[in-house]
Amino acid sequence: MNLQSEIPLHYMLVLSTIVFFVGLMGVIIRRNLITMLMGIELMLNAVNINFVAFNHYLYPNRLEGHFFALIIMAIAAAEAAIAIALIINIYRRFATVSVDDVDELKY
Amino acid sequence: MNYSFTLIILLLPLITFFSLGLLGDRLKGQLAGVAGTTALFIITTLSYYTAYLYFTTSNSETGFSSIEPFNILWLSFTDSLQIHLGILLDPLSVMMLVVITTVSLMVHIYSLGYMKGEKGFQRYYAFLSLFTFSMLGLVVATNIFQMYIFWELVGVSSYLLIGFYYERPSAVAASKKAFIVTRFADLGFLIGILILSFNTNTFDFSILTSLDGPVIASSTGALFMGISVTTWAMILIFMGGAGKSAMFPLHIWLPDAMEGPTPVSALIHAATMVVAGVYLVARLFPIYSFASPDALEVIMYVGSFTSLFAAVIACTQLDIKRVLAFSTLSQIGYMMVALGVSGYGGEAGVGYMASLFHLFTHAFFKALLFLGAGSVIHAVHSNLMTDMGGLRKHMPITHLTFLIACLTIAGIPPLSGFFSKDEILVAAFEHNKLIFAVQWLVAGITAFYMFRLYFNIFWSHTPAYHHTPHESPITMTGPLMFLALASIFAGFVPFHELVTSDGKAFHTEFHWMIAAPSILIAIAGIGVAAFLYYKKNTRPENIAIRLSGVYTAAFRKFYIDELYLFITHKVIFNLISRPVAWFDRHVVDATMNFIGDTTVFFSGAIKKMQSGHMQVYIWFFASGVLLLTLIMMMNHV
Amino acid sequence: MTGPKIIFFVLAATIIVFSILSISSRKILRAAIFLLFVLVAMAGLYYMMNFQFLAAVQLMLYAGGIVVLIIFSILLTSQIDSKLSSPKQSHLLAGAVTAVGGIVLASVTILQYVFKPGVEPAEGTDMRTIGLYLMDTQVHGYALPFEVISILLLAALVGSIFIAQKKNL
Repeated sequence: MNLQSEIPLHYMLVLSTIVFFVGLMGVIIRRNLITMLMGIELMLNAVNINFVAFNHYLYPNRLEGHFFALIIMAIAAAEAAIAIALIINIYRRFATVSVDDVDELKY
Repeated sequence: MNYSFTLIILLLPLITFFSLGLLGDRLKGQLAGVAGTTALFIITTLSYYTAYLYFTTSNSETGFSSIEPFNILWLSFTDSLQIHLGILLDPLSVMMLVVITTVSLMVHIYSLGYMKGEKGFQRYYAFLSLFTFSMLGLVVATNIFQMYIFWELVGVSSYLLIGFYYERPSAVAASKKAFIVTRFADLGFLIGILILSFNTNTFDFSILTSLDGPVIASSTGALFMGISVTTWAMILIFMGGAGKSAMFPLHIWLPDAMEGPTPVSALIHAATMVVAGVYLVARLFPIYSFASPDALEVIMYVGSFTSLFAAVIACTQLDIKRVLAFSTLSQIGYMMVALGVSGYGGEAGVGYMASLFHLFTHAFFKALLFLGAGSVIHAVHSNLMTDMGGLRKHMPITHLTFLIACLTIAGIPPLSGFFSKDEILVAAFEHNKLIFAVQWLVAGITAFYMFRLYFNIFWSHTPAYHHTPHESPITMTGPLMFLALASIFAGFVPFHELVTSDGKAFHTEFHWMIAAPSILIAIAGIGVAAFLYYKKNTRPENIAIRLSGVYTAAFRKFYIDELYLFITHKVIFNLISRPVAWFDRHVVDATMNFIGDTTVFFSGAIKKMQSGHMQVYIWFFASGVLLLTLIMMMNHV
Repeated sequence: MTGPKIIFFVLAATIIVFSILSISSRKILRAAIFLLFVLVAMAGLYYMMNFQFLAAVQLMLYAGGIVVLIIFSILLTSQIDSKLSSPKQSHLLAGAVTAVGGIVLASVTILQYVFKPGVEPAEGTDMRTIGLYLMDTQVHGYALPFEVISILLLAALVGSIFIAQKKNL
């Protein structure tokens, strides 16, 4: 079904923007490493919506946005895996996953 | 005539200095002294040969010609500012060559005996060679800048030699005082040189002093505060000469310079360095005479006052070297007076001739006096008159030569001092009667204090000596005898044919009108001294008590040193140095510290950005991007 | 109010509300579950836009893989029962300012721009077309990204095992 008539493009885009910045705020606010990761996932997903919306509304004859979103998902998965592995390692080293205690790279 | 060999006269002492300075430690015993003396013997012979050659061959219709065997371009800043180095031979410089090398040779031989066994024997001879080199370079300078270079070198050598006993604080202080006072005077000298060469674009003596040259021919220059620029330049140049020759008020360093070894005092502070100022004025005499006669008046008054001032002080001093130092001041005053009253050319230039004649004879008899005093000090181990007496029995040669020197300086004919002093009095009489009267009086005072010295050392009463003084070795008495002969016979050198203001000989005759009073006052002075000091009695003390105020003032050298100390400490240090130091410490340093502290402060504030917290970094990243976007949007609106 | 519009607004509301709840929840497991809801709603959105394959992949990968992974890591590292510490005031303020500012900035830009809608006829999004594109090595083919992503996944696999292994291995 073609949504061009029913829902204007910028609804999607505004939605994507809101989710992105909410995710960003989550990254900045949260003190637990895992909840920071959740914020990052939110950001990635917001971007996915963006690509897919552009593909559907502006270039319906092509599939660029679709594949881009697909690749992004694969990358997000890989990145989440590595992030979790790192978090486990940090937990073993510092016995905490609070980001305040992982600041040894300071001045 | 090929005079290129004169380069050896300059270079040999320099090579000796370097060799003795670098290798001296490895030379055993007296070898350093013998090496230095040999070098000096060679150059003395060469100087005599030069003088013989020059005076017999360079005479011509227009007088003695100036010969420049060398004049090399050394530094060239611009086309107009160039510094040459070279050797100039004319009657003045050749005469000085003879004087310097002779006296230096005598001092070298004497020091073999005097400084035997001293620590630093090699260093002493190295410095003596350095001094000889510097002084010789000064007198053969072809241009005024070369003269200035060697002027400073002479000052350095003097500093090194006065402070020879560097472990004595008084010697260190004296050497510093000498150097600083002469350096201060050299400031005036340099400014004078710059003014003089600014208008004429040259430093060369032959151009500066040529009668139709740019300085003299166009002497209608600009006026500055009522006095022509040339006169200012010449007065400033004289200031440099006054410092080196210890004219009042820059005389304060010379008495203190007696802290150095006695042969050093003989060489530097009696015969050669202190006459550098006289030499300077004589060298620039045409300019003085034609372009700035006012400067000559100044020179005359300064010289006259200095000679009187120093003579009065010398009457009260107890240290024999100090007496001789003030005597030197007084005699140089004579030389300056003679230059001041002189005219130019022929008969009028008798003052010039007399001044240089007196320089010539004074070198010999003053060196003799100092070396004799050194001999006495060496025997008695004390500098003070009160520790001496009756030495005529123990030291016959020293006694005889010292007596000859005292008679010479008093001006008794037919010794050399009589002739030279007489010529000065003649010149003064022609020009300014007041100055003549003063100089005549000073002649009497000179005789008095010199014989006071003589009687106190060799007659008077005999104190109890720790060990009986004995005559000095031949290395010390040999030079004494040679210099005594020179003092006797130097008066017969026909100076009026050799060294004159314009290079031409002139005719002089004996002025009995002037000679007789001078002989009489000299004999009067000797008589008074004999009366007071021949045998030990209380008459000197009575006179001292009667004139207590004057006596104390003279004994304390008229408080000039205290005045200088007052000026420097209270005025200069407090009023100028302290505020400047405060400014430097609190404003300049504070500014630098402020810059540093601000940097540290800001870095402290900024380094908090590297907190190690990832969230902070992310926030900076995101907000930075937003800010940039905002700015770009603003630009495109 | 037609059907798609209602569905869209429901989905959008779900997404926004639950994402905000996810980042502000004090209990960590609840945050993970809220995230799950967001991801599922996004899958619904993709389905609305005719990208069925993508919706399926979204559900499998994110909801079924990543969220599970997150929950595993929660169990491994932190106490589920304890409350998360509240954020620092400065961070809260900074984050809020940045987020709100960013939303306003981006929205203003987006709303002002006139997008030209595409007029060509829609391409099919069935599996066959996707498969053909994925294997295509011509200009608009995605064989290269496909291969690259497979290498990336291999690297991520090996890397995560290596990072998370116990030391005495």
